Amino acid sequence: MTTYLDKQQLYSTIQSLATQLIEKHGDFKDTVIIGLQTGGVYVADKIVEQLRHKLDAEIKYGKLDITFYRDDIHKELHVANHTEIPFSLEDKNVILVDDVIYTGRTIRAALNALSDFGRASKVELCVLIDRKFSRELPIQPDYCGKAIESIINQKVKVEWDKEEVILY
Amino acid sequence: MQLSTRHLLGIKELTPRDIQLILSTAKQFKEVLQRPIKKVPSLRDTTIVNLFYENSTRTRISFELAEKRLSADTVNFSASGSSVSKGESLLDTVNNILSMKVDMVVMRHSASGAPHFLAKHIPAAIINAGDGINEHPTQALLDAFSIQERLGNLEGKKVALIGDIMHSRVALSNIYLLKKMGAEVMVAGPPTLIPKYIAEAFDVKVEYNVKNALQWCDVANVLRIQLERQNQVLFSSLREYNLAYGITRKLLDSVNKEVVIMHPGPINRGVEIDSDVANSSESIILQQVENGVAVRMAVLYLLAGKES
Repeated sequence: MTTYLDKQQLYSTIQSLATQLIEKHGDFKDTVIIGLQTGGVYVADKIVEQLRHKLDAEIKYGKLDITFYRDDIHKELHVANHTEIPFSLEDKNVILVDDVIYTGRTIRAALNALSDFGRASKVELCVLIDRKFSRELPIQPDYCGKAIESIINQKVKVEWDKEEVILY
Repeated sequence: MQLSTRHLLGIKELTPRDIQLILSTAKQFKEVLQRPIKKVPSLRDTTIVNLFYENSTRTRISFELAEKRLSADTVNFSASGSSVSKGESLLDTVNNILSMKVDMVVMRHSASGAPHFLAKHIPAAIINAGDGINEHPTQALLDAFSIQERLGNLEGKKVALIGDIMHSRVALSNIYLLKKMGAEVMVAGPPTLIPKYIAEAFDVKVEYNVKNALQWCDVANVLRIQLERQNQVLFSSLREYNLAYGITRKLLDSVNKEVVIMHPGPINRGVEIDSDVANSSESIILQQVENGVAVRMAVLYLLAGKES
């Protein structure tokens, strides 16, 4: 087990993601952030905090749980968490946030779920860690903190209580 | 994270952990029901038959809606208008339907134990939607969900079941569930409608005076008086039943405290409960119905995932 990002590096990665988002989306008038339960919500919490601070404005932020959109319920049942999207997605730019992108199946499920909430004008993907070369679907992030060219057997985990990212 | 059983035949076979899992999953499905598109694709590869040998409004529509909201394909069967009138047996009926690749059976039948019998003979998952005077597990689950929603954790809550306990599958399922979850249970009503050894059998309190029951409880679950039984010498008349045991506005006001009122439906207004009570702010009767769909979605989802 190795530490890939320590607390300092984790936070500067998040800062850099927030900066990239502001460069592209300006004042966030027509843009909303959606964090995926549960890992993406931790990342999104921190990013939204940064955005609110830098822009000194209200950012529309929702949480999405995709358990009921998974395609593997006969293999394993997962615990569902809260979904809270208290605003319309109609004609908005949606930034989907997750901690790690691996096969891309979670994001596929998230795209299906999002389309049930309305017709967004655009959806972009923002991830903390991209496990490159592990994709099983043609889905790539628009904003990426760090890319890892890891081998299949290694796992990446974001430890929020210790505030670090580990490989094991 | 799964249920300990393959079927939902009764609350009797569930563990407290199973019950917690169903209730917390139901909470997430309730949120789905507030969305503009009230659907999730989880069960789109599943076909479910609603096998109702007995009449029903609430339960049947509730199950059908729950199935559709999970994107399952549904087939409805009611005994009248089917080959049951030509003498086809239960097992033959079900096996014929299963040959058409139906994955799950939701069943209501007038014979206690019918779903248990079926479970021994067919491979599909079975959900009991009410069997004779045995159990009605999804009703007890949605009752529990509704109590929790209104009053918080079930543990320590005082629940009075009032009315025809003897013939009520809703009462039995509720007793099993509430005891498993640490609530205190009282059954109240005329002595002719309360089984003789129920206190010892289930460790519940027995009360023949309804006012005392209301004084004691946090929640009163009022059961239907089956009109067919008024000629069976179990009570003198519907009017007398209402005078002695009916939940009236006057009775509720006389206990001087907040009692949450529940009823599984259908209501006999003016018999076991008066309209002004059923329509009052203490009543969560319509919330029970709303929660029924979410609870049944949770049960279907958790059992479908278990398919081998």
